[in-house]
Amino acid sequence: MIRDITIGQYYPGYSLVHRLDTRLKIILTFGYMVSIFLAADFLAYLLVFIGLAVVIAKSQVPLRFILRGLRPIFIIIAFTFVLNLFMTQGEVLVTLGPLHITQAGLYNACYMALRIIFLIIGCSLLTFTTKPVKLTDGIEALLKPFVRFGVPAHELAMMMTIALRFIPTLLEETDKIMKAQQARGADFETGSIFRRAKNMVPIFIPLIVGAFRMAADLAMAMEARCYRGGEGRTKMHEFRFGRKDTAAAAVFVVYLLLIVAERAVHAQAWLLATL
Amino acid sequence: MVERGSFTSVIGRNGSGKSTLAKNINALLLPTGGTVVVGGYDTRREETIWEIRRMAGMVFQNPDNQLVSAVVEDDVAFGPENLGLPREEIRARVQSSLAAVDMLEQRKMAPHLLSGGQKQRIAIAGVVAMKPDLVILDEPTAMLDPEGRGEVLAIAKQLHREGITILLITHFMEETVDSDRVVIMDEGRIVLDGTPEEVYGRADEIRAYGLRLPFAVEVADELRARGVAVRAGVLREEELLEEVLRLCPSR
Repeated sequence: MIRDITIGQYYPGYSLVHRLDTRLKIILTFGYMVSIFLAADFLAYLLVFIGLAVVIAKSQVPLRFILRGLRPIFIIIAFTFVLNLFMTQGEVLVTLGPLHITQAGLYNACYMALRIIFLIIGCSLLTFTTKPVKLTDGIEALLKPFVRFGVPAHELAMMMTIALRFIPTLLEETDKIMKAQQARGADFETGSIFRRAKNMVPIFIPLIVGAFRMAADLAMAMEARCYRGGEGRTKMHEFRFGRKDTAAAAVFVVYLLLIVAERAVHAQAWLLATL
Repeated sequence: MVERGSFTSVIGRNGSGKSTLAKNINALLLPTGGTVVVGGYDTRREETIWEIRRMAGMVFQNPDNQLVSAVVEDDVAFGPENLGLPREEIRARVQSSLAAVDMLEQRKMAPHLLSGGQKQRIAIAGVVAMKPDLVILDEPTAMLDPEGRGEVLAIAKQLHREGITILLITHFMEETVDSDRVVIMDEGRIVLDGTPEEVYGRADEIRAYGLRLPFAVEVADELRARGVAVRAGVLREEELLEEVLRLCPSR
């Protein structure tokens, strides 16, 4: 069972979004994050929502799958919502004992909660539609121009590659060690949290020792296969910036311009109102 | 001295120095005395170390700890990528190496979903993709089940037929009977060296080095000890069966 684990949350598919150039997807994800922070009111959020909906539809990732990704951060969203709801000064709408809900508070609460939801969904769409291995290659390619400023692009990518390769192996190893310990009477399931944590120590020590042995073996195997760092190395996979990528980039630019224009109009209105 | 194009097996008990020998050949270890020359290059010369490692590919014992990438074909591409080959060349080599070990269908899979024998075949493909002259297999079957062991050995023999020099380090005697040459090591030295027939003809010496004989050789030896005239040079089970049938014409 432990072998079935998937890293990241890749949703296998062959949609347009899946096939876009990974580098472009990473850049667009950053651009999208910027656009969320540029969006100043609910009209702008409507634009963000439409943009997001289009990408989700094109990605063919089921909505249920996407919403499941929000579950772990539900508490953060709820906390932000409640905090903004009660802690904003302004015209009181409802009074609950010592707490007041103001109009501005309601507005802020919805605004902040939506911002988090948009951010999370947008970013997870990148991992839903891009294999971790490809993501690694994309990050390496994007960081390459910064190598001359001392960014270890190749080293980072190689570390991520190896991590992706060895996480399942280490999980299997953990499983094996746990079973070996259980066979000799170790108990990982009962007792207080503190006790259970303490019982984990005999797992971690062999696991860490094993990881070091693996690292030594792997280093030797890599050297035997002529690995000598990123210099002079070529890559089998290439990135192809095709017509669909140009189209996607163009659509995104239009989207970003709309957001910026909306913000300008909003700022003007606000300026007029305060004057 | 290993002859170009030969299939040499090296056997020895634990700590006999066979893995050290293997690592000396591709300069993962350097000799403390004497010299190691591979394809005309001294392993102690810094400039040619990478050429030596390309020429002398190595497959290690643990199938899990020698694969680099989470995708089979990317792992096979790792060596050629390190050599700085052009993209099209890498693709062609990955394709042909995976075909050579019969793993083309699994090219997009993650290594941790494969069996031990399959992982070891991927490791061999990764070495073959670098177009080596010599492949050193350092106990490649030690951690495999019998099925995986058979797969790996069959590929080693196939590579040998294609003209690649093979150096197989093992402690399974049965794996060595098809070699051109068997070398027995003990305490860092070569103690017996010759064709399988020559080496396994010296049963008592081999036992003295803490090794077990191949099954057929063992049985033939026992039969001889009991006065049955089994011919010399019986190495494989089929040959043994033939001899037994020859010696019992009544049945």
